[in-house]
Amino acid sequence: MRRRPAIGTVGANRYGMRSLPDPSPAVSAIRIQQLRKTYDGVHVVDGVDLEIAAGEFFGLLGPNGAGKTTTLRMLLGMTPIDGGQVEVLGLPMPEGEREVRKRLGIVPQFDTLDPDFTVIENMRTYAAYFGLSGATVQARIDLLLEQVNLNDKRGARINALSGGMKRRLTLARALINEPEVVVLDEPTTGLDPQARHHLWRQLRQLRASGVTLVLTTHYMEEAQELCDRIAIIDHGRIIACDRPSRLIAEHIEPWVVTVGGPEAGTAIEQEIGPRDRAHQVADTWLVYTAEPDRLRERLRARGLEPTLREADLEDVFLKLTGHELRD
Amino acid sequence: MSDPTSTWLPRPSLRFVAVWRRNLLVWRKLLLPSMLGNFGEPILYLLAFGYGFGRLVGDLDGMSYMVFIASGIICSSAMFTASFEGMYSAYTRMAEQNTWLGMLATPLTLDDIVFAEAIWAASKGLISATTILVVAAVLGLVSDARALLALPVIFLAAFTFGALALVITALARSYDFFLYYFTLAVTPMLLLSGVFFPLQELPDWVQTLALALPLAHVVEIVRPLMTGSWPGSIWPHLAVIAGYGAAAIILATALIRRRLLR
Repeated sequence: MRRRPAIGTVGANRYGMRSLPDPSPAVSAIRIQQLRKTYDGVHVVDGVDLEIAAGEFFGLLGPNGAGKTTTLRMLLGMTPIDGGQVEVLGLPMPEGEREVRKRLGIVPQFDTLDPDFTVIENMRTYAAYFGLSGATVQARIDLLLEQVNLNDKRGARINALSGGMKRRLTLARALINEPEVVVLDEPTTGLDPQARHHLWRQLRQLRASGVTLVLTTHYMEEAQELCDRIAIIDHGRIIACDRPSRLIAEHIEPWVVTVGGPEAGTAIEQEIGPRDRAHQVADTWLVYTAEPDRLRERLRARGLEPTLREADLEDVFLKLTGHELRD
Repeated sequence: MSDPTSTWLPRPSLRFVAVWRRNLLVWRKLLLPSMLGNFGEPILYLLAFGYGFGRLVGDLDGMSYMVFIASGIICSSAMFTASFEGMYSAYTRMAEQNTWLGMLATPLTLDDIVFAEAIWAASKGLISATTILVVAAVLGLVSDARALLALPVIFLAAFTFGALALVITALARSYDFFLYYFTLAVTPMLLLSGVFFPLQELPDWVQTLALALPLAHVVEIVRPLMTGSWPGSIWPHLAVIAGYGAAAIILATALIRRRLLR
């Protein structure tokens, strides 16, 4: 025992590792209780409870139509709340919407950049919506464009930007007001891997600087990579909420054996262990198991070529929300 | 939210100016084509009808026909410019470019945005009416400085037409929808409100109909001011214009709220 941290000190992490979010409710950035939304008799959000701590990177996952975006919109004051309570940065919504949005950065799912303006004009106009102008903002704009690698595109028209550049500009724009909370609705959809990794780096930097992040995504790898905590939402309810590693440990067998081919079905039926779970996706079988070695040996003995991997968040997601196609 | 009016009465803040400025900046970039439409066309009407028809008509209400329609065209150009802005341009920002959605991610509220769009439509109406007024003055069609008093009236009228257009925009599913409004409201108003010929020439029931709509009241105030006299009455006319404007901005805000913030 060399150096004991003084009692009461929080957060400072000298090793560049993620510190766990402070669980004290006094510093929660977002608090949602029994949130409800009904469209035409359908309960799109059906009693959601969530508490997101200040400084946390939180992921909201769910199939299409599960209620993610509706939940986010109610959080931002962009959809009327049918029932329940929402508090952002300690302020009740929607009453506090103007004050909350002053302190929030929003990266919407669909592009809302202004095509009539250049990159720099987009930044300036957006700043003006916050009531920000002058030299301080200009310096901030320069810094943000630098950070997202768009400095040499300052005079470019929006239509001349690639998808990745547009997303980066949208992120830079959302940071103009030095937000305490940044909400990102599927920020990497449609991006190539390079652009996605670039964006991830930006988001990690934000996280490190103490900003609270709320992200929705369809990429489980992205959620696993970035998020401190994840909630899986389906049919308007939260069906699981925890750290990614804990979700995997709690909800699914640690290994996945995959095997394909016409004989795979019968082979698995006969060789599967009593506590294993098998699942067919197209002409491939997945077996979730705690004892992969025995199964692999037996399958190999039948001339099949099984592969082995660790279970990940996607497996948890599919287990909890089912494999059926959603619209 | 205890105040019962709070649910339907728009409460814009001064932040609306940022939205208005955004539109101004874009307009400045497209100044030439924009001015051609808002200014060139009415001037062509003025010259063609004024010289062409004027010969045939002679004097009307004790003034030359050219003078008569100059004051009418100022009113109709404000109506057209504001209506176009409140429909085609506003619809583009709302539905095609998601500009309003982007604004809603900032401290701007829907009330700010809709109010700013109506004020912007009014500004464009005022700009085009002012340029026509200048040309009319150069051509000697304006009597005295009283004509300047027409401009605030024009601004109010253009606000009303802009807000009415925003009501239509709130209901539109595509650009084609605007043709209904132009054919069923704007064009009849243009023809029946005393812009091209005196209202008194029309049957009584048409006059009644025309006076139920805002444009005739605009002409009733603006024409005397431009031709060197005082309008017989002002407040009843202003009340009709402002009444339409208030009702339209309330309705437009409510409908756009229902459309965007579901």
